[in-house]
Amino acid sequence: MKIKFPRWFYRLASPRWFYEISSKLLPWFAIVAFLLISVGTVWGLAFAPADYQQGNSFRIIYIHVPTAILAQSCYMLMAMAGAIGLIWKIKVAHVIAKSCAPIGASMAVLALVTGAVWGKPTWGAWWVWDARLTAMLVLFFLYVGVIALTSAFEYTASGDKAAAILALVGVVNIPIIKYSVEWWNTLHQGATFKMTEKPAMPPDMWIPLLIMIIGFYCFFAVMLMSRARTEVLRRENKTDWVRSLVERY
Amino acid sequence: MGHFETFADFLQMGKHGLYVWLSYGIGFTVIIYNILSAYLDRRSFFKEAKRRLKRER
Repeated sequence: MKIKFPRWFYRLASPRWFYEISSKLLPWFAIVAFLLISVGTVWGLAFAPADYQQGNSFRIIYIHVPTAILAQSCYMLMAMAGAIGLIWKIKVAHVIAKSCAPIGASMAVLALVTGAVWGKPTWGAWWVWDARLTAMLVLFFLYVGVIALTSAFEYTASGDKAAAILALVGVVNIPIIKYSVEWWNTLHQGATFKMTEKPAMPPDMWIPLLIMIIGFYCFFAVMLMSRARTEVLRRENKTDWVRSLVERY
Repeated sequence: MGHFETFADFLQMGKHGLYVWLSYGIGFTVIIYNILSAYLDRRSFFKEAKRRLKRER
């Protein structure tokens, strides 16, 4: 059976087209990210009420939760892009997968470190070998593995393939992170946002959190596009359009 | 101002000032690191490509 995709789907696979469309999208995402993160930070730090149990330390949530969510979404995107690259041999997909890894790794580090700083006043310890924390640490190591594999081969295509396979195997870890707070008895608190329930927080607490989450997604889009653009140039450096770009730089 | 009475209260964050400001400081650092490393990566590509182009001529 031959599947027919719409035309934009094929264009998506063209490195040059990606380079051009992303240069138009990037500034808008950057503006929105800047505005949302600024508003969310000020609201979360100065205007949201303090938690009745945790006091002001709960304000760490406005960095911790967005980065933890992003570290996982970024991983899923990386694995999906890797799979698309493996199956349909689309160059841009491997570029996206490769560009996801360092951003996701930095988000995982940020989630882990802010978690530690939050854990100290709340649990009395910087680190505990709790299911949620351990699974998140595994996520960070998966990112490191993908980064290492991508550049471990002489041929770009071999590195892409190996990294995509590791990324796909590591997807098992994502549901483990998500359900770790339900499957095991853990110190870590449950999810703040659930699809089926209203958040157990006043709106003055969760609205800035939602703003921060969307802001961090936009920031991620900006970073992903800028990294992927450079990677496209690097891989297409023999083509005429990249040569003329280099000449004009 | 918002939740806090004075600016000193805002800095102090109850007894959690150190933890809150440390988190936001690290968060800011990671954001800047991301932007900077993407920028440097782009610049190093262009420098290298330019050199290669010159050599070919």
